[in-house]
Amino acid sequence: MTTVSLIFTLVGIAIVVLIVWIIAVFNGLITLRNRTQEAWSDIDVQLKRRYDLIPNLVETVKGYARHEAGTFEKVTLARAAAMNAQGAAARAEAENALSQTLKSLFALAENYPDLKASQNFLQLQDDLKDAEDKIQAARRFYNANVRDFNTKIEVFPNNLIASNLNFKKYEFFEAAEAERQAVQVKF
Amino acid sequence: MTTYDFIESNKRKTAVLMVVFLALVVTLGWFIDQYYQTGGAITVIAGGYAVVSALTSYYAGDKMALLTSGAIPITEADNPYLYRMVENLCISTGTPMPKVHVINDQAINAFATGRDPKHASIAVTVGALQKLQNEELEGVLAHELSHIRNYDIRLMTVVIVLIGMISVISNIVFRSAFFGGGRRRGRGSDGLAIIGLVLIIFAPIVASLIKLAVSRRREYLADASGVLITRYPDGLANALRKIQAEHLPMARASEATAHLYIASPFSGNSIMNLFSTHPPIESRIAALEKMAGPSL
Repeated sequence: MTTVSLIFTLVGIAIVVLIVWIIAVFNGLITLRNRTQEAWSDIDVQLKRRYDLIPNLVETVKGYARHEAGTFEKVTLARAAAMNAQGAAARAEAENALSQTLKSLFALAENYPDLKASQNFLQLQDDLKDAEDKIQAARRFYNANVRDFNTKIEVFPNNLIASNLNFKKYEFFEAAEAERQAVQVKF
Repeated sequence: MTTYDFIESNKRKTAVLMVVFLALVVTLGWFIDQYYQTGGAITVIAGGYAVVSALTSYYAGDKMALLTSGAIPITEADNPYLYRMVENLCISTGTPMPKVHVINDQAINAFATGRDPKHASIAVTVGALQKLQNEELEGVLAHELSHIRNYDIRLMTVVIVLIGMISVISNIVFRSAFFGGGRRRGRGSDGLAIIGLVLIIFAPIVASLIKLAVSRRREYLADASGVLITRYPDGLANALRKIQAEHLPMARASEATAHLYIASPFSGNSIMNLFSTHPPIESRIAALEKMAGPSL
């Protein structure tokens, strides 16, 4: 074998190895991206559960506290805004706003003993709590997938291909600012 | 090793276990054939028996385990507290929802069974539901969910049935060797020697199969990956402390299913500890305490 053909062979092998490696990284990224998207649709499923509960809840509270129309409207508007929000960051913000209005709805219920004692209301409160737990669980799963995906496209040497093949980082679905703050106890 | 390696290793071990089981039973059948000169009939029967047992263990092992333990399936309406807790853990890990069962027993215990995450069951005792706090029960359930996600359940469930089948065969061989005298054709002592030999070979192999399958490391691993789900090592640690403190054996504990449970279903404190399928609770708690970090 001459030196020239030896060099050609080596270069050929190097190119083949490179191509195989690129394919492997690409497929790995696609798998992770699909998992992340699936996790996002899981959040959607859970968020929808909460949206479905809210009209019922508002109706129930209305039955006992008819003249608190302002609060009901806020809840309804926040719900519509959350349902129409696009993208993880905007969605998270709209959801957190909705959670705030729901809190004020429950705070309002404190003033109506009959409402608080109503079986229907208690049931709804329970279901809503469960829906929120599930949103949180789905959010954790989504964020774990986002973390894996983002890490994979950021580490060297994957970042060289990822940017060329137009893989973009996903946004985390963040918890509300208020939720993150430590509880302050005052006496 | 990553979780994926553990999953692969569990699947491989299950397959090896089934193949070894098939080979052993067929070989035994062949030995008996040789001895009674039945011309291959016993080998065929043994082969059929082995295939049926292997398939049963794979597809119905979980039902047998649940039946043995007296677990009753529940729906969300029956016990929303437990059902929703399992559901939330599944959502946060992306695991399909297993069937949830309750065992009517005052001891604190739980187990998982099935052949893969899509065909899995979790069973919890009434004692666990009543005596464990929220986060303690969550720790226990996350531990069981880890068994499901790691495919420990497949291996452990197949073990139950195959070990059971082997003991049935050993029993039959043993009886026919000693009490089936009438059918022997002359060279009885030779045959007995062969069967005796087979039995002698059998016993240690069975024992090492069990060891291979129910290695104690599996429990530590499930503890650790369970904590990764809940992010709260103290939850599981406190649950284990309660189990340790109450020291209550389960009413329907059985040797065959003991290795499925989160803690040994026997009362412990006996020579059984030497052969226990579970690592000592103290060392599991110690490992969990390390995860929780130094106390401030």
